[in-house]
Amino acid sequence: MIQIQNVHKSFGDLEVLKGIDLEVNRGEVVSVIGGSGSGKSTLLYCINAIEDIQQGRIIVDDIDVHAKGTNRDKLRQKLGMVFQQWNSFPHLTVLENASLAPRIVLKLSKKEAIEVAKKELNHVGLGDKLDEYPTRMSGGQQQRLAIARALAMRPDYMLFDEVTSALDPELVGEVLDTLRMLRDDGMTMICVTHEIAFAREVSDKVAFFHQGIIEEIGPPEQVIVNPQREATQKFLSKVLH
Amino acid sequence: MEYEFHWNIVFQKLPQLLNGAFVTLHVSVLSMLIGIAIAVLLAIAKMSDARIFSLPATVWVEIARNTPALFQIYMAYFGLGAFGIHLSPYAAVLSALVFVNAGYLTETFRGGFQSIPKTQYSASKSLGMSSTQLYRYIILPQMFRRIYHPMTNQFVWSILMSSLGILVGMNELSGETQRLQSLSFRTLEFFIVAAVMYFLITKFVLFSAALISQKVFKGEL
Ligand SMILES: Nc1ncnc2c1ncn2[C@@H]1O[C@H](COP(=O)(O)OP(=O)(O)OP(=O)(O)O)[C@@H](O)[C@H]1O
Ligand SMILES: [Mg+2]
Repeated sequence: MIQIQNVHKSFGDLEVLKGIDLEVNRGEVVSVIGGSGSGKSTLLYCINAIEDIQQGRIIVDDIDVHAKGTNRDKLRQKLGMVFQQWNSFPHLTVLENASLAPRIVLKLSKKEAIEVAKKELNHVGLGDKLDEYPTRMSGGQQQRLAIARALAMRPDYMLFDEVTSALDPELVGEVLDTLRMLRDDGMTMICVTHEIAFAREVSDKVAFFHQGIIEEIGPPEQVIVNPQREATQKFLSKVLH
Repeated sequence: MEYEFHWNIVFQKLPQLLNGAFVTLHVSVLSMLIGIAIAVLLAIAKMSDARIFSLPATVWVEIARNTPALFQIYMAYFGLGAFGIHLSPYAAVLSALVFVNAGYLTETFRGGFQSIPKTQYSASKSLGMSSTQLYRYIILPQMFRRIYHPMTNQFVWSILMSSLGILVGMNELSGETQRLQSLSFRTLEFFIVAAVMYFLITKFVLFSAALISQKVFKGEL
């Protein structure tokens, strides 16, 4: 379970997160929607300790993410993350991309690491691209590679930061299909997304971010179909039309 | 009056010339290896926010890039000599080349580091890699590849500049050529052959570098 309690985060004088509370249970899919600059990406970076926080706590299972003694490299093994801008390792083949971290971080043997990587690459439909270099692939394929690379670490949670928003429209579908598949496998996920229809379809909970706080949170039937707050209504009418 | 070429004496002395060429290659390879190691550290120091690291690095780079190599070799040989530190001609030329190589390569490396997208760092960290792993497997391999060409250019520069060894009596190719021609007075012949040798050495180095890059660097950045 991920517990986010009263988290405040600033960059210099700019307070980006102003007291965020959120709980994500095992097997849940939580979507985060909201305008540009509202702090959605920042929250994900705080969850896997790439960014520090100034106040509050984030607990992943039993680990207090920002506590002094926490081994952050170990923590990150529990949390897979995929970013908006696909960032495959360009000097490594598809198979090497996905097998490197299992080998050097999880210390699997080369053979085991390759096996795990192949399995995940097959899973996302890249089984025929193992020896290809990522720069030769489409954005959609690179994003699926990033997902497989994260899954090969056997994470308990996946964090997705607008993984489709840098893609050409015709490539969005294949990546969303991969996310649906993960949901069906029972993966616990936090998806920051601009794809409102997708959020409505897959989420157990939707959180609407507005100016550094969660303005509204609830099941998609509430937040997306029948939003209670004025800011939510405004945002949705803007993005849906 | 026509100059008459006499090549015989040059061919007799070919073993000595080849030996000189070997010393030339030797000193430039070594100056590159040490220069690269120092430059990596200087580049990291120069990017540091702490002035006690960045300032010395900046001073090194500025002096190395803005003073003639001739002056640096003189400083290493005669300058240090005045303080009682007597370097051999080889050591003096080597230190001067290391000094300049490190200075130039620092800027090359810094550019290399900075050209790697920040997202490569966050992606690697999110996979649980430690900082050492991140540099070893992700950042350095990409950086070396980006700076490979400037690095080979620096190598060629080192080979050519080591010819300044002639000034401190070093037995590299130029110094050896100088010595042999003064014994035989076949100045032009010796220097023509030496020039051809320099040309062949640099071509050989560039060719090997291209071959290595094909073998080592896979994929595209
Ligand atoms: N490293 C940083 N340094 C300074 N300011 C930052 C940094 N990262 C983000 N910010 C600022 O924090 C605010 C929130 O950024 P964040 O990326 O979390 O927004 P977002 O909700 O993900 O927006 P988008 O939908 O555009 O991705 C923005 O004003 C941004 O400029
Ligand atoms: Mg964002």
